Amino acid sequence: MDALTLSRIQFAVTAAFHFIFVPLTLGLSIIVAYMESRYVRSNDEMYLKMAKFWGKLFLINFALGVVTGITMEFQFGMNWAEYSKYVGDIFGAPLAIEATVAFFLESTFIGLWVFGWNKVSKKVHAVSIWLVAVATNLSALWILLANGWMQKPVGYVLRNNRAEMVDFMALLTNPYGWLKFSHTLLSGYVLAAFFVMGVSAYHLLKKNRPEFFKKSFRIAARFGLAASVLLIVAGTFHAERVAMTQPTKFAAMESVWDTQKGAAYNLLIIPDTKNERNSLEAFGIPNFLSLLAFHDGNAEIKGLKEFPAEERPPVASTFFSFRIMAALGFLFVIMSLIGTVISGRDDLENSRRFLKLMFFAIPLPYIAGQLGWLVAELGRQPWIVYGLLKTSDAVSKSVSVSQVIASLAGFTLLYGLLAAVDIYLLTKFAKKGPDDDLSAILKVSGNQEV
Amino acid sequence: MEFQIIWFILWGVLWAVYFMLDGFDLGAGILQSFLGKNEGEKRTIIRTFGPFWDGNEVWLLTAGGATFAAFPTTYALMFSYLYTALLLILFSLILRGVALEFRNKVESQGWRKGWDVAIFIGSFLPALLFGVAFGNIFQGIPMDANGYHGTLFTLLNPYGILTGVLFVLLFTVHGSLWLAVKTNGELGRRASSVAGKSWYVLLVVAVLFLIHTAFATDLYGNYIQNPVWFAVPAVAVTALLGIKLFALKTRYLTAFYSSCLTILTVTFTGVIGLYPNLIPSSIDKDYSLTIFNSSSSPYTLKIMTIVAVIFVPVVIAYQIWIYRIFRHKLTVDEVVNDKESY
Repeated sequence: MDALTLSRIQFAVTAAFHFIFVPLTLGLSIIVAYMESRYVRSNDEMYLKMAKFWGKLFLINFALGVVTGITMEFQFGMNWAEYSKYVGDIFGAPLAIEATVAFFLESTFIGLWVFGWNKVSKKVHAVSIWLVAVATNLSALWILLANGWMQKPVGYVLRNNRAEMVDFMALLTNPYGWLKFSHTLLSGYVLAAFFVMGVSAYHLLKKNRPEFFKKSFRIAARFGLAASVLLIVAGTFHAERVAMTQPTKFAAMESVWDTQKGAAYNLLIIPDTKNERNSLEAFGIPNFLSLLAFHDGNAEIKGLKEFPAEERPPVASTFFSFRIMAALGFLFVIMSLIGTVISGRDDLENSRRFLKLMFFAIPLPYIAGQLGWLVAELGRQPWIVYGLLKTSDAVSKSVSVSQVIASLAGFTLLYGLLAAVDIYLLTKFAKKGPDDDLSAILKVSGNQEV
Repeated sequence: MEFQIIWFILWGVLWAVYFMLDGFDLGAGILQSFLGKNEGEKRTIIRTFGPFWDGNEVWLLTAGGATFAAFPTTYALMFSYLYTALLLILFSLILRGVALEFRNKVESQGWRKGWDVAIFIGSFLPALLFGVAFGNIFQGIPMDANGYHGTLFTLLNPYGILTGVLFVLLFTVHGSLWLAVKTNGELGRRASSVAGKSWYVLLVVAVLFLIHTAFATDLYGNYIQNPVWFAVPAVAVTALLGIKLFALKTRYLTAFYSSCLTILTVTFTGVIGLYPNLIPSSIDKDYSLTIFNSSSSPYTLKIMTIVAVIFVPVVIAYQIWIYRIFRHKLTVDEVVNDKESY
């Protein structure tokens, strides 16, 4: 294997691993902040215990999200030096802004939240977790504006043998970036909601602390319902944007080979890349694909054959990733709707089958999120910046195969180990349930002097 | 002033502040297993920088991000040429961050011992390797039209290693002073004793470094041209002596501030000597990466300047506020009885 392929595998592995932790951070920070605010307003210690319990799981997960994020920022220079030289003038800015505006805020106030229970007032303490939540979400915005630029480059000119920024506002208001942001953010919210519902379901099945976990479940179900409905909306707009700006990705997502007007939406497709056709197309809804993509049932959808084979993304993996992700997206709406209804009727304890289902559903949003990124990144190939720079021209020239083999082996080993430890700890603390001893927090409130 | 020069200064500031801040928690991390005689003391040492290390490390990310945004060519070549060294720093910092968070999550001696080893490696290796990397940047790295002519072992030359040792000692003194400020009793006394003793070693290595710099690098060129800049290394030397002076008077907080100033000015001694290079080439000066041939466009630099001018002061303000909230000394009893900390 060459350094290019190895570097791609390494980026995929480290990014996928990073994205195991990020979505839970995005959503759970908000859920925990909400719980702590309820405590501050109502003085009901149940909410404090909730913030503490879910907060602990949040922290175990947060640590790995942060450290694996450093890798991402270093890797552009280490493995993708030609990319960094070529687009750094415009691509570096959102990354640097992310660190300055968001990451500092997040990392500084997480310290106050963890260690500050007795040091600051209840209100200030709740504000600190809100700041963490806002900062993680803001952090995602800048990263996804950067990724949005790779999908649909805007606000630059080609000058001095590179892409130079000429319009910062264009980068900032890139619709592709904002759709990416809403889509990713909402998927993180859904994931966190399913995480809280799943863990709560586990305890409810064990008849452990029913009041605590029914309340947690109810909060998560409503949050998850709102997020999953909005996620479908964001996803639909996102797909339209893909159809508009990335015809090869869209054709691969839907496995469309021949350009056609008034394209049907086939519920069942099996792509056959070798023969440039689908070996099965069934249950078609006439004109529906054209309607979805362009709000016009007769609109033309460009087929993959329109483009030379070397400019097409891998079709089968893009197609199946997209289909499974989208199907899961609809499933999340149904499941959180049922969860909202049952928990609203206070009937969770009698719905043991549903609880079991929700427990086993914990991994589903993780799978959907990973598949979504596969669609986004595989579907963009062979481009690293769509239409502007090929992935094969972006890799570092000075990095040797043996160096990447060593680093890839190192990452796989280290990340594998960390994942094992993290899952062990998350399981341990999730099973343990909430801590009733609040004496360490409640003994003092207000400031202490030296 | 040209934007490139503004960003060169900011680049130096970001690295200097990073070394000053993460320096004390890396130093305390190096010392944790040796200074802490029992579990309570080991935990107390970690607890002194628990609320801060995360925020401190972001200065590194910002330094990296700023290099990317302001000097993309330097970012690309520096990170790909120093691939293996950076990888080792990365692995160390990942391991360390996780170790700090997870160490106290399981009640088991073996578990904690394992993470303590990770904390030591994760603190020592970055300190050493940042020094090695900067030593090599100061003397230039072998690069020309055909790229980089070297390996990880090229970096491990005498001057690179000397700078690495200098960084380890700077951080060790810095970290032990921090512990002398933040703890009391037996632990505090031990920390101040380590600070006092390691200072002598630091002094010797610092003198060797200043001498070797004259032979191994072109850093003094800028100083000879503009002797007024000698003020910066002069402050560094004074601050270094100040550490001892204040430590002898048991004014450890002032000694710690003096150590902060030492790290800031040592970094700037190097940065001023580098100008206008970011990374000189040791084999062909035409291929040195300067702030002019490797920078972003003036437009990008202007946008980034606006962002930095607005947000960096805000960051500094809230970080100072957090330091003030957690400014009190810690006792081992208090840490052991606190379930909330790690």
